[in-house]
Amino acid sequence: MAMEHVEGENKGKVVLYALSTCGWCKKTRMLLESLKIDFSYIYVDLLKGKERSQIIKEVEKWNSQLSFPTVVINDKDVIIGFKEDEIRGKLQ
Amino acid sequence: MNKDISNEELEDFYQKVKKDVEAHGYHLNSDVEFTKYLLKNILLNEERYGYGSCPCRLASGNKEEDMDIICPCDYRDPDLNDYDACYCGLYVSGDILEGKKELQSIPERRPAPKEREQSKSELGSIISSLDLPVFRCSVCGYLCAREEPPETCPICKVSRERFKRFI
Repeated sequence: MAMEHVEGENKGKVVLYALSTCGWCKKTRMLLESLKIDFSYIYVDLLKGKERSQIIKEVEKWNSQLSFPTVVINDKDVIIGFKEDEIRGKLQ
Repeated sequence: MNKDISNEELEDFYQKVKKDVEAHGYHLNSDVEFTKYLLKNILLNEERYGYGSCPCRLASGNKEEDMDIICPCDYRDPDLNDYDACYCGLYVSGDILEGKKELQSIPERRPAPKEREQSKSELGSIISSLDLPVFRCSVCGYLCAREEPPETCPICKVSRERFKRFI
């Protein structure tokens, strides 16, 4: 399973690491969609085997707690949890 | 692939959980749509893993490793005390229910995978001069001194496997 890509206005590289079952992850994805920006997302709980461990390592690099949602902007800024104001502040 | 949870099944589960939760002095989030979304995913996790793992945390698929995050998780009560909600926002405090406080996404209290790995190896050094061991329910904190923990916690009704040796 690859990253899903949502097309929109380019505000830099935005990646959402999420769980398919999590309410805050859903709110985060809906917020990003409502901002109509270009972003990618991946549901880590749906991954298996090597791909799963690879992505887990990637998330841990940004967020050692391995918690979700984790949003990474331009391989630099990390927003952990559904922080609406922070996300809007960075991407609007 | 998972079978879908029917609306009827979800409604039954919602009503049952709501009744149980309220009987024990807890409150479910009053945003019914959000709450049902979480409950539906707990049911899905039950099918996927064989246990109702927290929908907002990454389950390992190994029940023993995920014992602390089977809903209601070990972190619900401290999170309700400190942040007025559980990590998912499924359980909320009276203040949130009455609109005195606003629900928000809270920090993760569960130790990181590496810390969990470490604390596992530090277990097993309980020294006790008591006649009986004391077991603690990791969900509600109920303590009992007896040979084995009870089959079901008499306070919060979780199963024996959620008990840990306390003293």
